[in-house]
Amino acid sequence: MAKIKYIEFNGTEHEAEVANGLSVMEGAIQNDIPGIDADCGGGMSCATCHVYINDDEWFKKLPEKEMGEDDMLDQAFEPKSNSRLSCQLIVSEDLEGLTVHMPEKQV
Amino acid sequence: MIKTDVVIIGAGPTGLFCAHQLGIIGLKCEIVDNLDKIGGQCIELYPDKPIYDIPAVPKCTGEELTNNLIEQIKPFNFNFHLSDRVQELKNENNKWLVKTLNGKEFETPNIVIAGGVGSFEPRKFPTKSAEKYDGKSVLYSIKDKTIFKDKSVVIFGGGDSALDWAIELSNSSKVTLVHRRDEFRGAPASVQKIKELSDNKTIDLITKYSIKDVKGNGSLESVEIKSESGESKVIKADYVLGFFGLIMQLGPIVEWGLNLDKKTIPVNTENFETNKKGIFAIGDICTYPGKLKLILSGFHEGALAARGCFKYARPDEKYRFEFTTASSTIKDRLGVKE
Repeated sequence: MAKIKYIEFNGTEHEAEVANGLSVMEGAIQNDIPGIDADCGGGMSCATCHVYINDDEWFKKLPEKEMGEDDMLDQAFEPKSNSRLSCQLIVSEDLEGLTVHMPEKQV
Repeated sequence: MIKTDVVIIGAGPTGLFCAHQLGIIGLKCEIVDNLDKIGGQCIELYPDKPIYDIPAVPKCTGEELTNNLIEQIKPFNFNFHLSDRVQELKNENNKWLVKTLNGKEFETPNIVIAGGVGSFEPRKFPTKSAEKYDGKSVLYSIKDKTIFKDKSVVIFGGGDSALDWAIELSNSSKVTLVHRRDEFRGAPASVQKIKELSDNKTIDLITKYSIKDVKGNGSLESVEIKSESGESKVIKADYVLGFFGLIMQLGPIVEWGLNLDKKTIPVNTENFETNKKGIFAIGDICTYPGKLKLILSGFHEGALAARGCFKYARPDEKYRFEFTTASSTIKDRLGVKE
């Protein structure tokens, strides 16, 4: 279990307790947090669960991107070097206190 | 006007197996899909990726699954209407009148929406200013490459479409390729070729930049690009091409008066009918308590929706359940000789 903070593009903050083994994306969907669409349901084939990890320490601490995640991010809305797909971030105690920022839109 | 028992929207695995079930119980159907090929997400998103959870099939790719489903419905000779999209529905005397983008018309008592998460559309530039030139000098696909001859073309993207067109157009146009990072996801041979063309100055390759704005006065004149740290450049452009893959959009479905829950359609689990009589929804696009977005769930939903369609297509007949192993009627429909 980890407490994850989701911040919408307009600044609205949401916090959710997400169970271990779920993805950060699933944490948002199950708690009805807006800003993450996840059209493909976690298959890493749509880039609509795109988030930014603004805290550099956190970005480095997360497990590295697997093959394919950057390819998908190419297609996301305004990808940056701190972009991740939230379906690829699997929750464990290690993620306690993680904050993700949502982009302006998921296209 | 084509009269049929069922119009299926979506030629993915769920739509295909629903067609099979309709054929088995003796109904006719017409299948419409906005892609130019059969298979839906399986063929568009992961043709080569193995799937491990199709019952009794330990492992198959999206393409193999699609080919097997096509084979399975072959005996019924159903028509496919590809590269087309159902645009309008109208109810008249308990029949649905269906119109497609390409002007086809159907009359049917039943519509099965097996639309996945919507139809695939190209992803567009996020910049508002690009909309003005959309379809004229800002393009997301190429129909006629001769229009680029001797023109300045700025291509965005890092996948095969972007690389292939950059290579192809570099013969007769001034090509600039812009990508947001140094790595490309295209085929290694194309990436190699792009690097060569860049080294010998045939094309301009600019990485770690993305689009900021397009500028022009009536016609497109230039495109402004920005780096993540805020630097910007202006490049002369007669055409701007964006290749960012496809995105799924619900499209006209939202205008048909169906109840919607986020991007899904609530259905009952008896026959997968929606709030509209004679409109069924199956596969990823439907939702109900316990819904799993698995292909096998779509198969189950399609089988039950097919029986739901029978009621409206043959109001005077009683549906009789039969096994394919035992029924001679079904074997006739399948053209099986014993």
